[in-house]
Amino acid sequence: MKRRRGLSLLQKRNVKGFMFILPWLVGFIIFYARSMFMTAQFSLSTMTTSAGGGYTLEWAGLSNYIYAFRAHGTFKQVLTTSILNMLVDVPLITFFSLFMAILLNRKFKGRTIVRAIFFLPIIMNSGAITSAMELARTMMSGGISSGASEISDAAASGVDVAYFIELFKNLAMPDKLLDYIVAAVARINDIISASGVQIIIFIAALQSIPGSMYEVAKIEGATAYETFWKVTFPMVMPHIITNVVYTVVDNFAKSDVVQLAYDTCFNEINYGLSSTMSLVSTVIVCVILVLVCGFIQKRTFYYN
Amino acid sequence: MQKIKIDAQTRNSMSAMQRSVKKGILGLAQFVVIVGICYVIVAPILGILVSSFMSDGDAYNPMVYMIPTAPTLQKYKTVIARLNYFPTMGRDLLYTLSLMIIQVFICSMVGYGFARFNFPFKKLLFACVVVMIVIPTNTIMLPLYMTFKNFNPFGLATLIKGKSINLLGTPVPMYLMTFLGCGLRSGLYIYIFNQFFRGLPKEIEEAAFVDGAGVWYTYFRIMLMNAMPSVITVAVFSMVWQYNDTFYAKLFLISENIVISKKISSLTAVIANEDKILDTTIQQLYLDAGIILIMVPIVLIYVFLQRYFIEGVERSGIVG
Repeated sequence: MKRRRGLSLLQKRNVKGFMFILPWLVGFIIFYARSMFMTAQFSLSTMTTSAGGGYTLEWAGLSNYIYAFRAHGTFKQVLTTSILNMLVDVPLITFFSLFMAILLNRKFKGRTIVRAIFFLPIIMNSGAITSAMELARTMMSGGISSGASEISDAAASGVDVAYFIELFKNLAMPDKLLDYIVAAVARINDIISASGVQIIIFIAALQSIPGSMYEVAKIEGATAYETFWKVTFPMVMPHIITNVVYTVVDNFAKSDVVQLAYDTCFNEINYGLSSTMSLVSTVIVCVILVLVCGFIQKRTFYYN
Repeated sequence: MQKIKIDAQTRNSMSAMQRSVKKGILGLAQFVVIVGICYVIVAPILGILVSSFMSDGDAYNPMVYMIPTAPTLQKYKTVIARLNYFPTMGRDLLYTLSLMIIQVFICSMVGYGFARFNFPFKKLLFACVVVMIVIPTNTIMLPLYMTFKNFNPFGLATLIKGKSINLLGTPVPMYLMTFLGCGLRSGLYIYIFNQFFRGLPKEIEEAAFVDGAGVWYTYFRIMLMNAMPSVITVAVFSMVWQYNDTFYAKLFLISENIVISKKISSLTAVIANEDKILDTTIQQLYLDAGIILIMVPIVLIYVFLQRYFIEGVERSGIVG
């Protein structure tokens, strides 16, 4: 018997399927894979641009890395603070957005308007607008004079923050935890404006929980508290990973270390050093992502 | 016997009362939290709106709060002239909307490809999509800058013109990247579409196949029509983010006459230079007017689409 020539129907279909992703594949190779390779290459060499627009690379070994970590004035500090800030912000944003999603998912009067307001920060998320907003905010809460610090903002509105801090200290709350909470409250605004997309993801997740589960919980006599920890939280768990990844990436893109790399590149015209900074910070963030995701994934319950 | 009955009754009524009190307190707490957070979000926008109508005198009058004593449109007039508002906005909307349409088509195509077909290395390739989401653009900005500065695909430019082409300063790099599925946050959109198409029943396509529809016909006429919730989600996201994007606009040196949010960042300098207004407090009023002006179209579109958008988010594939 002769072997059948050509492709089977299924294979033909799969070739067509490949056509669907072809544009992206070409783009990924040209713009991402090649660029990542080039960044690594730049970071290992000294780059000089020539008048015609081209550039020449000269092998410099690890000198850029050594310079960044040993001699550069601010890189190490900026890197550490950026990463510490991220580690502080990510759990805050995740839990805040979960909490808000649960609130917004309930039925109450004027829900449409409230939802529309909550997604406004996603719309107004550009550099120029943000800085002007910051100014407008201090103006709103008591004029220019009181804009000195975030705590004094609250003080201007008649709340004695120091009193509350003292109160909680007397209740023997650990100082570190107290600092964390105070910092979180003081930055409530940053947190709100950074959690728009996360709230959307969580609302969608909450909507996808079958209502029968709540019915069962109710019949079995579970309290609201128990229902949350035994039904809502496990069902939302897989989306916490999505949100954590999104938050980390978003937070990193806005962080100081990225800004430093940008400035080094286009203001100081030190391409090699800039590539080194980008690469080091990206690798660190990726490692954090992998660790955090692994940690959450172990505790995640998958319904299907 | 009697006593026990009464006890049970009082206990029941007590717990009912407790429950209603508890419910009332919870409702109040919920109300306070929601109103408080809405205030935090809306307050600065309100502040900007109010101060954009203030006259110079109002800005320095400590008695003026929320309601300007002498509201004026003069700030808007100046800013519209300086921004060259209507032509620039028209060009920007054209740029944003065209990119949005390309994003929706390319990303939905790729997402569909990943959701419904099998080909070698599919898992690995999809991992590349995730890499695209995770890797920040800043890591690859310099190579991108260099690539478009000396644009020379396969040596074609050298062959035709004798030297490489400098594409910086034009919107071409952005179109090129978006067309090849690597635009602003394309990875995220591909992911959303992929999740959505995976959730659609396979029977639709089988029926189309039996009726003799080709793969492309099925995709364009059937699958894309069914994917409306995620199409709207992606359309809104991509439009808003593209409109607000200054990173790529700065990196590719795209002209201020196309990207209006870039123009707004130099507005105070222009006002200082051309209108000789050097007082920073007054300059801020002009900036506020400018911000209101660039927010207007996007807010209008959002208000128009927000119902579909939120419904779409709930039904679309953001959730896997």
